[in-house]
Amino acid sequence: MNNNLVQYIYGIADNALILGQRLGELCGHGPSLETDIAMTNMSLDLLGQTRSYYQYAAQLLGENATEDTIAFLRREREYKNVLLVEQPNTDFAYSIARQFLFDIFHLSLLEGLKNSEDETLAAIAEKGIKEVSYHTRFSSDWIRRLGDGTTESHDRIQAAIDDLWVYTDELFHQTDADKVMVTENIGVDTTKLKEAYYKKVSAVLEESTLNTPVMEYFQKGGKQGIHSEHMGYLLADMQYMQRAYPNMNW
Amino acid sequence: MTEQLQHIDKKLLEILGSVSDPEIPVLSILDMGVVRSVNVENDIIEIAITPTYSGCPAMDAIGDDIKKAFKEKGMEAKVSLVLAPAWTTDWITPKGRAELEKYGIAAPLSAEADKEALLGNKKLVKCPQCGSFNTKLISQFGSTACKALFQCQDCLEPFDYFKCLK
Repeated sequence: MNNNLVQYIYGIADNALILGQRLGELCGHGPSLETDIAMTNMSLDLLGQTRSYYQYAAQLLGENATEDTIAFLRREREYKNVLLVEQPNTDFAYSIARQFLFDIFHLSLLEGLKNSEDETLAAIAEKGIKEVSYHTRFSSDWIRRLGDGTTESHDRIQAAIDDLWVYTDELFHQTDADKVMVTENIGVDTTKLKEAYYKKVSAVLEESTLNTPVMEYFQKGGKQGIHSEHMGYLLADMQYMQRAYPNMNW
Repeated sequence: MTEQLQHIDKKLLEILGSVSDPEIPVLSILDMGVVRSVNVENDIIEIAITPTYSGCPAMDAIGDDIKKAFKEKGMEAKVSLVLAPAWTTDWITPKGRAELEKYGIAAPLSAEADKEALLGNKKLVKCPQCGSFNTKLISQFGSTACKALFQCQDCLEPFDYFKCLK
């Protein structure tokens, strides 16, 4: 079994799972019916992508691994998602800022992964690009609407961007497994995506009359499994059914 | 129907044509373009389908419905999911597009027009109820992952628009 490949898949898939879970929390709680439906639609896309990745990982792991054991039965330290996606839905501005900051990265990652020498990953990426382009359009649009909206919406989206900015640098960090996968032409070299990312993000912020934060120190740890205080609560909520009723099915 | 299916036994196609998307019952899975290949080996019919969207919950139901449809005819079918090449709305057949319109769902436009329509720049989506182009986007996301919500400003009916996916 190629452990580096499994770890690499977790690094990508866990982002989709955890952000999907966060968006799913908004089901029935969105600020309006349209945004509620949009957030849960995106959640569904991300969970669908997660399933494809985990099914592949389960196949590599063999034995009794399934997409469900990977999703629901790992411990906190075994999840390799970035800190950004686990941040809570503090308010609508935070949910949109988190989505926007992730979408821009996600789209460029999948565009790279589409050319992976691993056929399965390339196929999942090709499919995902179509969905994530749509997410990017939605979140960028809302950044503009909030930024260029009322004083209140402007201040709140600026606050959310300022707060979440500290998690953006980690998107481009590479684990040892990532580096091996890059040399084998399976993984995407995320360090090369960084410059274009900040350029794209700044362009949308500027258009939205928002400031691009300037920061020297960034938070990291998610990729090593060292998560923020929010992660435990998220997992407790997400894993509850499988922990309480092992192997349950709908 | 896609080219690779044209050599398939008519009887098998007829059975596949009886299976529809549970969310859009008027649209058969053949007209939707999700059936990618059909192979018969040792009396077992192997069918490959592709999801419209990664998270589409209808895929599981469609897989089960295919197996059931063949079982009713005394045949055994195996269904697998293929991801590449990724599904596009271009694979919906002309018949499928007509069925969508009749059902009250506006069929997907071209990629360029879709973008203009979803950004609200141009009025390009036709109301399936009254045929007016005086329609407006209510929400980029609709009742299912594949649709956006529009409203006709002439007859005032809200309706779904099947988003273009390329």
